[in-house]
Amino acid sequence: MALKMVKGSIDRMFDKNLQDLVRGIRNHKEDEAKYISQCIDEIKQELKQDNIAVKANAVCKLTYLQMLGYDISWAAFNIIEVMSASKFTFKRIGYLAASQCFHEGTDVIMLTTNQIRKDLSSPNQYDTGVALTGLSCFVTPDLARDLANDIMTLMSHTKPYIRKKAVLIMYKVFLKYPESLRPAFPRLKEKLEDPDPGVQSAAVNVICELARRNPKNYLSLAPLFFKLMTSSTNNWVLIKIIKLFGALTPLEPRLGKKLIEPLTNLIHSTSAMSLLYECVNTVIAVLISLSSGMPNHSASIQLCVQKLRILIEDSDQNLKYLGLLAMSKILKTHPKSVQSHKDLILQCLDDKDESIRLRALDLLYGMVSKKNLMEIVKKLMIHVDKAEGTTYRDELLTKIIDICSQSNYQYITNFEWYISILVELTRLEGTRHGHLIAAQMLDVAIRVKAIRKFAVSQMAMLLDNAHLIASNTQRNGICEVLYAAAWICGEFSEHLEEANQTLEAMLRPKVTTLPGHIQAVYVQNMVKLYASILQQKEQAGEKEAAQEITQLMIERLPQFVQSADLEVQERASCILQLIKYIQKLQIKEVPVAEEVIALFAGELNPVAPKAQKKVPVPEGLDLDAWINEPPSDSESEDEKPKTIFHDEEQRHSRHRQPEIDEEELARRREARKQEQANNPFYIKSSPSPQKRYQDTPGVEHIPVVQIDLSVPLKVPGMPMSDQYVKLEEERRHKQKLEKDKKKKKQKKEKRGKHHRHNSLQTESEEDIAPAHRVDIITEEMPENALPSDEDDKDPNDPYKALDIDLDKPLADSEKLPVQRHRNVEALKSPDSEAPLVEKKSKKPKKKEKKHKDKEREKDKGKKKEKEKKVVEEEEEKKGEDLDFWLSTAPPPASSTQPQGEPETSAAVVAEPQEVKKEEREEQEEEEDDEGKKSSKHKKKKHKKEKEEKSKDKKKSKKKSHQNKEETAESVQNGTLEDEPLPPMSSYRLLAENPYIKMTYDIQGNLQHDSQVTVSVIFENKSSSFLKSMELNVLDSLNTKMLRPEGSSVHDGIPVPFQLPPGISNEAQFVFTLQSIVMAQKLKGTLSFIVKNDEGSTHDKLDFKLHFSCASYLITTPCYSDAFAKLLESGDLHMSSIKVDGISISFQHLLAKICFHHHFSVVERVDSCASMYSRSIQGHHVCLLVKKGENSISIDGKCNDSTLLSNLLDEMKETLSKC
Amino acid sequence: MIKAILIFNNHGKPRLSKFYQRYSEDTQQQIIRETFHLVSKRDENVCNFLEGGLLIGGSDNKLIYRHYATLYFVFCVDSSESELGILDLIQVFVETLDKCFENVCELDLIFHVDKVHNILAEMVMGGMVLETNMNEIVTQIDAQNKLEKSEGWVLFGVFCLSSLYTQAGLAGAPARAVSAVKNMNLPEIPRNINIGDISIKVPNLPSFK
Repeated sequence: MALKMVKGSIDRMFDKNLQDLVRGIRNHKEDEAKYISQCIDEIKQELKQDNIAVKANAVCKLTYLQMLGYDISWAAFNIIEVMSASKFTFKRIGYLAASQCFHEGTDVIMLTTNQIRKDLSSPNQYDTGVALTGLSCFVTPDLARDLANDIMTLMSHTKPYIRKKAVLIMYKVFLKYPESLRPAFPRLKEKLEDPDPGVQSAAVNVICELARRNPKNYLSLAPLFFKLMTSSTNNWVLIKIIKLFGALTPLEPRLGKKLIEPLTNLIHSTSAMSLLYECVNTVIAVLISLSSGMPNHSASIQLCVQKLRILIEDSDQNLKYLGLLAMSKILKTHPKSVQSHKDLILQCLDDKDESIRLRALDLLYGMVSKKNLMEIVKKLMIHVDKAEGTTYRDELLTKIIDICSQSNYQYITNFEWYISILVELTRLEGTRHGHLIAAQMLDVAIRVKAIRKFAVSQMAMLLDNAHLIASNTQRNGICEVLYAAAWICGEFSEHLEEANQTLEAMLRPKVTTLPGHIQAVYVQNMVKLYASILQQKEQAGEKEAAQEITQLMIERLPQFVQSADLEVQERASCILQLIKYIQKLQIKEVPVAEEVIALFAGELNPVAPKAQKKVPVPEGLDLDAWINEPPSDSESEDEKPKTIFHDEEQRHSRHRQPEIDEEELARRREARKQEQANNPFYIKSSPSPQKRYQDTPGVEHIPVVQIDLSVPLKVPGMPMSDQYVKLEEERRHKQKLEKDKKKKKQKKEKRGKHHRHNSLQTESEEDIAPAHRVDIITEEMPENALPSDEDDKDPNDPYKALDIDLDKPLADSEKLPVQRHRNVEALKSPDSEAPLVEKKSKKPKKKEKKHKDKEREKDKGKKKEKEKKVVEEEEEKKGEDLDFWLSTAPPPASSTQPQGEPETSAAVVAEPQEVKKEEREEQEEEEDDEGKKSSKHKKKKHKKEKEEKSKDKKKSKKKSHQNKEETAESVQNGTLEDEPLPPMSSYRLLAENPYIKMTYDIQGNLQHDSQVTVSVIFENKSSSFLKSMELNVLDSLNTKMLRPEGSSVHDGIPVPFQLPPGISNEAQFVFTLQSIVMAQKLKGTLSFIVKNDEGSTHDKLDFKLHFSCASYLITTPCYSDAFAKLLESGDLHMSSIKVDGISISFQHLLAKICFHHHFSVVERVDSCASMYSRSIQGHHVCLLVKKGENSISIDGKCNDSTLLSNLLDEMKETLSKC
Repeated sequence: MIKAILIFNNHGKPRLSKFYQRYSEDTQQQIIRETFHLVSKRDENVCNFLEGGLLIGGSDNKLIYRHYATLYFVFCVDSSESELGILDLIQVFVETLDKCFENVCELDLIFHVDKVHNILAEMVMGGMVLETNMNEIVTQIDAQNKLEKSEGWVLFGVFCLSSLYTQAGLAGAPARAVSAVKNMNLPEIPRNINIGDISIKVPNLPSFK
């Protein structure tokens, strides 16, 4: 045995380890593949050995080879062997290899389930960690289903290291096993408030990923995230949350309104560029979601734009890039604010970094106006010339076209200029966007009637110079423009001045080298041209010329008949026959032009791209129904090949026509001319009797044509669009002058009569009238087109499965599958449910014998469900709460305000300025209403009624009273039945005199373990104006009011508002504490000035601020298993009280404890409930509340006995009032 | 989500590849090649973002990379990640490597790719950022190394380190020269100035401004 071991380790000495392998590969540069295959053979040998160390070493080497591109899936089983090694060293190697090469198709992966489960529950946290990491890479639907429950348990592990990994991996589990989302979600949500920042960040991460895909399901979490946002200091978390809000705001504009202020604060305060950038991004998203026309948000836009400008101006290319990226988002909704930075963006076009140039190009799209379009495009054209590399040049080209064609050519005032730009673009070499230019040419020519004449002349020129363009015949190359040119010349041939010449150009032999689809268009449009020439000639009575042109066609068309392209061939032979027939008629001197032109009568209108899709299916039409009985499969199979074969044969036969070379053609042509000349029947044309175009210009002088001097001819090498720019400028100038003249005239006329017309008109964009009367033809749509504009979503979206309503209560069937064939004891997980249940049932047994085991047993099963139910219910209510949270400015949001703001500012924080007064008032009323149950102000009555109505709408009248309190959540914890709860308010009376009434509430501050926030509502009861209020408190050793820096302890803190009569408002004061185990009382004074008609008087009001122990507690939800662990841990002190004479229901009682003492219900079984809370300094407080006949007994456990006894005393007081 | 993390050198040789989506080995190599092609032709002083990682995912994705001496660190991420945040993460990653390897250079990555994987696993898990605090990462890595040591399987690591540099084409060079090479390779790592003020978790990264 010993010998074997020694032998094993000696073997190992001679094995290559990873480093040897790497070194070997480096030393065999020439025959690397051979060396590696040799190594793989060795590895195969090593894998056969029993020694796990050898195997692990081999797997380690395989992982390296995998990186080099070698498939190692054949070793999957060995990898699993190494994964199941007991030593962490090997286990890690195995899991790493698995994470690199396992996937859903790996068949042995199902063998890992139990191994992974074992590792997950390993006492060594690193075994668990490594298993989680590995699993995150290769989790399959099966693994996800089988392990979901185990991982969920790990989410409450004691070690944050495990917790955060478990939380993160849940996202992968959800993706693979969407059914797990709903059962796991409550716990995931709970982790958002985990004490460990790493776990918190992981939970935020997961929820953000989930919410990004299906944002609407996570809207109800907005308040929670809002709280996190205002309180978190971890930039990673903040960025994630802010990004999430960016995804949520489009769904809920009210959320956006709420966000603007904290985000702007962050923008102002943060020094981290990444955070700043994301804030700006989200503010932009908010502004987009809020429909424009909100004047008070222009400041936010300005702020964003200004911050982005700083980014763009930065020398750091990264910031520049991101700045431009974000700017383009603003552009969509607020183009005006971006336009003012045109200079900067044009500057970026010259940047050496291509990414930045591309971004700047994007921006230009939205910056054009009628005024600057020409200038911008001119600049871009210069860039096109300068650009190196086709990709960037192509990008420029598409951008130019995008910019010009956007929103129906809105910004183009001179289409001649645009056509010439397009023509210039055809000179680009090697572009892949020929079709784009072609499409533009067609579109403009078809839709802008006034430009057709010009377009046709330009296109004719292109056709004439086709040899320059046709050299590049690649697909989508620039030759595509010939397609458009041919079509335009043909379709609008009536505008063509030198039709003959163009026809000649189209018939050139070189044309046959063009791609087939272009030739086809050539052939078709030749006939159109031919038809119009024929008509011209006939009308002019030039029969000879007409016959000549027919002859030309007959001579040249055969070259297309021979085309290899079917389409060209078919069209050409068809047309050839047609023309031959025409020739016959011509010889008989029959006027044919009218008939030929009738072939192409009618105008083609553009059709909307979606028109086809929008044709509604007629009623009663079933497209899937068979018209005839379907033929059997075998039949159709037999027939198909035959026809194909047949077809091919035909084509081949046609191909074999003798080819006619150029010389031959010329000879024939010559011969024909001779023939014609000698033909005695060839009669000269006479004017047609039905002359329609009286003023057809220059018919006599064809082919000499008058040149329109206002349209400069294209001079090769000189960009002519420039000339249009000049012309356009002159035109505009002239226009302006004229306008000015008119204006002056008007002024003169009006002067003395009406003064109000004198307002100066600034020259706006609209003043620039387009050169042509542009009637852009709108695209045709079918009748009865459906208005819906939605395109179908991708059905293959993997995230669709996670589109699950999370607010619905959990059903029994949805529970996560739990491994059942094992004993509960076998699950050694420290967090598993089993010990909890046992513990729970043991505890009360010791203390109170009257609870019988039987009952407990029954409860066991229910417990987990119930727990879930509670959370779910809470969840549900949260959803309803969202409305409320969004509709008013609730205290939770404002109470967290001071945390979000830098401490250096004053300790007093006023309510957000933007909160609307009315909302505030309403809220105060509510509080008022709750506190005293009576209203003193009659004038508010009608308002209240309104409020009532809105409450009815929400159908949760009873809730809306408390919802605005953070603690409402906990109240709902207790409401298992639907009994109505009496309204409660946590605001207590602080002091009151005839002028003013103060109520206050104390909230613990989660972020600072030694701070509490006191919210004081000041209500002006008098008819006077209250101002210069100042609050001062006599600090004790333990408790101090946080004052602005530099002020002494005797200084009061000014209340940051004034109170008009009958108005109330809330201010917050932050206090620091050292010890929180005892309740404290602080004496204080409020001084203020009362101002009324008689004058102003100084007054003051003394008060005593009572810090109860409960105010140091923060409502913290807790799961029963974590709760049980806490009780188990044994370092808690215990104490108990008993209160007699309790008459209210147990549920109300729990609600009261939850509300006034900041507890949350962990579990409730019949008349017994466990509750939990945490102090701001991290003391855990656990309660067991039991209801007897007429009494209630509370057992408490807490880290600090003093705190506990004080808490219980307070509770006794509350309860004895019941 | 992070879709992939690649490290390759100036010649496109992969030093680490971690894909958080399944691709076949061939596709992986192709992605590495293409990414290298895209990244390597960019100048030093252009921005660190690259759009249109055509191979992975689609238009939603971005390549975010940093170039340190002889190595490119490339993260392929989708739009849920903050660009500047990922840049910082790369920095944290490199600094962590620097701490764990004591003056990291390409050779460390070549011979200890498994360790680099282990470090990465503490930062990114299944494509999601797990931890950004360098001290926390280093603590966990140290604890795991200690655990390994207690199991008694570290010998080969130590053994090869001494022989590493002589074999790596630097045979015969005196020890001092070797260490000079080591320091030369990556001395500028922590001093990447641009992102100073973008740093996330400032207190934990003293080398950030």
